Amino acid sequence: MTTEAITLDSHSQSTKPPSDAASHLLHADFGERRRKWFSHFVVALCGVSAVVVLVPLASIFLYIINKGAPGLSLDFFTKLPTPVGVAGGGLSNAVLGTLTLIGIASAIGLPIGILAGVYVAEVGKGRVADLIRFFAEVLSGVPSITIGVFVYAVLVVPMKTFSAFAGGVSLAIIMIPTVARTTEELLRMVPSQLREASLALGVPQWKTSIFIVLRTAAPGILTGVMLGIARIAGETAPLLFTAFNNRFLSTRLDQPIASLPVQILTYATSPYAEWQQKAWTGAFVLVFVILILNLIARLGTRRQVGGAS
Amino acid sequence: MKTAANAPSTVDPPAPASFAEKGRDKWGALQGVHWGDKIFHYTTGTFAILVLALPLLMMVMLIAASRLSITNFGPAFLVDTQWDPVREEFGALPFIFGTVVSSLLALLLAVPVSLGLAIFLSELCPKKLRKPLGFFSELLAAIPSVVYGFWGIFVMLPWLRDSVQPALARWFGFLPIFQGQALGFGMLAAAMILAIMIVPTIASISRDVLRAVPDTEREAAIALGATPWETIRHAVLPMAKSGILGAVILGLNRALGETMAVTMVIGNRPKISASLFDPSHSMASVIANELIEAEKDIHVSSLSQIALLLFGVALVMNLGARWLVSGVKRRAAKITASVKLETSK
Repeated sequence: MTTEAITLDSHSQSTKPPSDAASHLLHADFGERRRKWFSHFVVALCGVSAVVVLVPLASIFLYIINKGAPGLSLDFFTKLPTPVGVAGGGLSNAVLGTLTLIGIASAIGLPIGILAGVYVAEVGKGRVADLIRFFAEVLSGVPSITIGVFVYAVLVVPMKTFSAFAGGVSLAIIMIPTVARTTEELLRMVPSQLREASLALGVPQWKTSIFIVLRTAAPGILTGVMLGIARIAGETAPLLFTAFNNRFLSTRLDQPIASLPVQILTYATSPYAEWQQKAWTGAFVLVFVILILNLIARLGTRRQVGGAS
Repeated sequence: MKTAANAPSTVDPPAPASFAEKGRDKWGALQGVHWGDKIFHYTTGTFAILVLALPLLMMVMLIAASRLSITNFGPAFLVDTQWDPVREEFGALPFIFGTVVSSLLALLLAVPVSLGLAIFLSELCPKKLRKPLGFFSELLAAIPSVVYGFWGIFVMLPWLRDSVQPALARWFGFLPIFQGQALGFGMLAAAMILAIMIVPTIASISRDVLRAVPDTEREAAIALGATPWETIRHAVLPMAKSGILGAVILGLNRALGETMAVTMVIGNRPKISASLFDPSHSMASVIANELIEAEKDIHVSSLSQIALLLFGVALVMNLGARWLVSGVKRRAAKITASVKLETSK
């Protein structure tokens, strides 16, 4: 409100007809100085807001590192959790469980995501492709908990048990739009001359798409895959009632399975200090892995873009 | 490209020149196409159809799962304030209230700061800082929500309880929204954690939108003697306005569907209260809390209906926001193109 008033004010001053030269000069000088000061003020405000944003976020990073890193040991990855009061132990069940869930999700989500991306970019141009892109966007906006309820209704209720498979499916659904979109974007970045050159040599389109276009974009698609995995690695909400949790090591797909995010939730909300300590370490591991995946993906994309342009 | 895609090719032209056209056919026009192309079309097409089918299937399944609740309670489900699984009374208003109020409050806190950050990143900040800062703020969007919630419990809640809430109560205690016991957790905590989580989303999309505004607009304003702020205010923001609105809606969408961080700090009590200090509940967190333990069909069905509501809201907001954001980029591209045309004349 005040910003509006002041800017308008300074404008009306500058458009005021001059009564005599000297006062006009004085007036203009005053208006200009005020405009400049006001501009500095807003610029400073923007800088301050940047700092305000960074404070809680830096605090999150510092806490995760400070509290989480000291608990890091080989035991964390290789030992099962211990009951309250018993020292030692780790979260091997959760680590293995998260890896299993990511594996299932990738096995289901990656083919669907990548091939749908290939279809949209290479094959189905026009209205069909637009429709699919639209639905992929719809899917990417659905809250993850809703996806969890869907999988609960479709898989958990008929199978009458929580299962690693159901957890993997819900993560796959979350991953598909991310993978499809990055695949499509990267395929579009491949210069069309490559396609045309291949087609001109009489190579059929499917061979061109697979051996020329896909191969050129392969490193980029790999970054899309990593972004997709980073997207699902920390998902908690849909796992609560699909994969559930498990105190023991399990690799069976039809049984409940532990995962790092769910284990962090359980331990973080528990009243025991040693469990909370494990949760910090779990958070540290999870955030570290996700950030590394993001970093690699981003650096990879940058190189890809540089190469294509 | 476009003409090739729309070219009719029901017959197989023998001329080798049209070879590329055949591959760009649409449905039903695959006769006379290389067998490998046919397989390629149909395989990728099947997977693409899966992507199309998933949201539809999701909607159908959610409607089916919530049918019991819809037929039992009807529209009263949305306005009833009683939620008592034991007595089989289910009204969703406390959750809708909690979700809407916490999300809007989060927007109120997050939007000014995010816009400041976006303007700083796109217009003001030294070039050297631009990339690392933007990168940092995008990484933050990747931190899992359970970690935000964890941090919220151990760092934010004590701070709210010991410093913020007493101060608010002392200075603004006459307002009903700042009355009651300072517990730390509650509506205010949920709004705060949501605000922290959606800042990176709003800021990074707004920054992209601001960056999309052609430099010619800025140059024109600067040439007229505008100060940096006037350049932003009168040359950049008007064009980016609807895109920024889109970014805000996407942030709101993320806040509405957020589950874990909210559940961990909101207090999980299905009561509507005027005070922001009181514990509350949200649509996503009631599902997270109760679906596993729900034994009665009507309970599961009511929770499914809440999930269906979330689905519908997310759908509308997401599409609206994307439409707004892409509109800005389209208009900007048009201007850039026309400028290029002018200068090349």
